Amino acid sequence: MATTTQAPTALDPLDFLALDVLLSDEERAIRDTVRQFIRERVLPDIGDWFEQGILPREVIQELAGLGLFGMHLDGYGLPGASAVAYGLTCLELEAGDAGIRSTVSVQGSLAMFAIWKWGSDEQKERWLPAMHRGEAIGCFGLTEPDAGSDPGTMRTHARRDGSDWVLNGAKMWITNGTISDVAVVWARTDAGEIRGFLVEKGTPGFSAPEIHKKISLRASVTSELVLQDVRIPADAMLPGASTLRGPLSCLNEARYGIVWGAVGAARACFDEALSYARERIVFGKPISAYQLTQQKLAEMALEISRGSLVALHLGRMKDQGTLRPEQVSLGKMGNVRGAMEVCRSARTILGANGVTLEYPVIRHVNNLESVLTYEGTHEVHTLVVGQALTGENAFGRA
Amino acid sequence: MKIAVCVKQVPDATVHKRLDPSTHRLDRSGEGALNPTDLNAVEEALRLRDAHGGEVAILSLGPERAMDSLRKALAMGADRAVLVSDAAAAGSDLVATSHALATALGREEPDLVLFGQQSSDADGAVLWAAVADRLRRPMVSQVAELTIEGGTLTGKRQTEFGYDVISAPLPAVVAVSDAINEPRYPSLKGIMGAKSKPQETVSLADAGIEADRVGEAGSKTTVRAVAPPPAKSDQVKLEDDGSAAEKIVEYLAEKRLI
Ligand SMILES: Cc1cc2nc3c(=O)[nH]c(=O)nc-3n(C[C@H](O)[C@H](O)[C@@H](O)COP(=O)(O)OP(=O)(O)OC[C@H]3O[C@@H](n4cnc5c(N)ncnc54)[C@H](O)[C@@H]3O)c2cc1C
Ligand SMILES: Cc1cc2nc3c(=O)[nH]c(=O)nc-3n(C[C@H](O)[C@H](O)[C@H](O)COP(=O)(O)OP(=O)(O)OC[C@H]3O[C@@H](n4cnc5c(N)ncnc54)[C@H](O)[C@@H]3O)c2cc1C
Repeated sequence: MATTTQAPTALDPLDFLALDVLLSDEERAIRDTVRQFIRERVLPDIGDWFEQGILPREVIQELAGLGLFGMHLDGYGLPGASAVAYGLTCLELEAGDAGIRSTVSVQGSLAMFAIWKWGSDEQKERWLPAMHRGEAIGCFGLTEPDAGSDPGTMRTHARRDGSDWVLNGAKMWITNGTISDVAVVWARTDAGEIRGFLVEKGTPGFSAPEIHKKISLRASVTSELVLQDVRIPADAMLPGASTLRGPLSCLNEARYGIVWGAVGAARACFDEALSYARERIVFGKPISAYQLTQQKLAEMALEISRGSLVALHLGRMKDQGTLRPEQVSLGKMGNVRGAMEVCRSARTILGANGVTLEYPVIRHVNNLESVLTYEGTHEVHTLVVGQALTGENAFGRA
Repeated sequence: MKIAVCVKQVPDATVHKRLDPSTHRLDRSGEGALNPTDLNAVEEALRLRDAHGGEVAILSLGPERAMDSLRKALAMGADRAVLVSDAAAAGSDLVATSHALATALGREEPDLVLFGQQSSDADGAVLWAAVADRLRRPMVSQVAELTIEGGTLTGKRQTEFGYDVISAPLPAVVAVSDAINEPRYPSLKGIMGAKSKPQETVSLADAGIEADRVGEAGSKTTVRAVAPPPAKSDQVKLEDDGSAAEKIVEYLAEKRLI
């Protein structure tokens, strides 16, 4: 019954600062549903999927069934969930696997967002509801073999021919490319603009071979996009974007999700390391009883608590419309670095078990190497923050 | 068709269950969740509604915070929720709970009342029988398959020895087993839409339930003592001399686990 003073609640190792109280009932309900889905449908098999380098199509369909594709966008039958709800979803998905989170990020924050933000009404009507339902999968092609951090040097080219466009070039490291029904391809036009084009699967001259041999983010398809004289109609161009701001706005959306996702990977590794440390007996007592292990665990709890607060704060700002891209850069820098430290430290606690796919830890460690690099590398975000602090552009070109 | 689903909020599976030694009641302070087989009952109700039309109402007797769990049923797709909540109802036993639910159901007049087979906290597996008796309605329990045709329900009952197929006229009461279906995950839109669906929390008086027939006053039983289960001593150690697999199977069979 009600009392005048509230006693402190029991400590939850996975939510040391009891940040749960900062969430609304609805946010918690969304989080709990995604968490339950990951626990029941993903965790039992994810080690195998990672090993085989696959993400089963049924799982993609189930993610769509939950309504997660483009969940934070509105109109066109989309749910219009808050940025915080989307962030919590990314966290729980990545606590399963960054590959699953990437699939949702690319579909919603890159491909759907590009159409939602820069597309015509007809393009939105045609693609957004179908992509939300998972009937159409999208990808986002910006990076090229010779243009990653500096997309302004892209070579993929769009030539006007009558009312059509003819695309030539190649994109590299494109998540979901091979399984996509529609690719958002960014290209330079004769007029020197950067334009986005919707290239449908099966268009003559267009192919999307899968990239093999990656040992990170294996439960996610990564592809090349090859464009040889690909002829597409005028209405396949996104009318709203004509500069690099177009694709960069999309990346800012997706990297907001990474700020949260990274905390999920960290939490999953911490959870595993904590229970392992309590059970593993070495030199006659559990390794959790040694100071060195306790230091590792305490640092992990600290990083996770700090990362969660940063993510939640950025999310609340995003919902209020006050969030700046530089702040997302700082969040991505800090939370991905923090997650890498947590996961590597967890790996040491698991000893040899820390290097097998029987446990989640090495999978997260490996995945985070991709997370560190995509959506703007750690170095690039450092320079973004540096420029915001000093007013000096240290990227190379002025 | 109007379907009512009776559901109970129970401690979440991740919460360590504890009986309060002073009140002899379950400590319900931790995270709550919908009772697992009640999710099957909700799922079945939604499927029947989608096939036959009508509405699905969720009914529960419990503390105010149980509405959080009822909302999960709304997120799955149920149309509205009614929670009977009253300090005077705390500590209701089977007789009292069944009286309260039967009274509330009497006002709803559903064609079909669905229950989960058993709660995961008090494990009675009997409430539905008591409610059906009070309502004077036919009752089928342990149902693993349910069809409705022209005012008659047919339920396939799962028993230890096989299946029984039972039919009964509507209105009727059915308790479902967890074999009947795979409950859906609530979708994002479902979760976001749940808060705008009708959710009523009503007192005993509002629901027309006499206060002296529920709670401790209306309960005919008293819990005299509670104790945690004895530590498990039931362990067998086997050395594998080549027959370990057989011995394990024998052991499991003896314990009726397979
Ligand atoms: C330690 C302890 C001992 C008890 N011993 C006794 C006893 O000896 N005799 C006695 O009469 N009572 C006893 N009770 C109380 C009794 O368990 C509950 O009060 C009674 O409501 C039956 O609930 P159940 O959970 O066992 O229901 P079950 O019969 O297991 O539940 C079956 C289904 O009924 C529905 N349901 C259950 N509860 C509700 C609800 N509140 N609102 C809506 N639907 C519901 C759900 O669909 C559920 O799946 C005891 C309780 C405790 C904690
Ligand atoms: C699994 C995976 C999935 C991906 N999915 C997509 C996708 O869906 N769509 C897409 O378009 N791209 C995708 N990418 C590509 C990703 O965005 C790029 O790899 C990233 O932008 C870096 O580009 P790069 O690999 O060409 O590295 P480079 O740009 O060549 O960078 C190499 C190194 O130089 C550093 N560096 C760059 N500039 C500077 C500087 N000014 N000062 C100091 N150091 C600098 C970088 O930080 C990095 O350490 C994906 C990548 C991976 C690994």
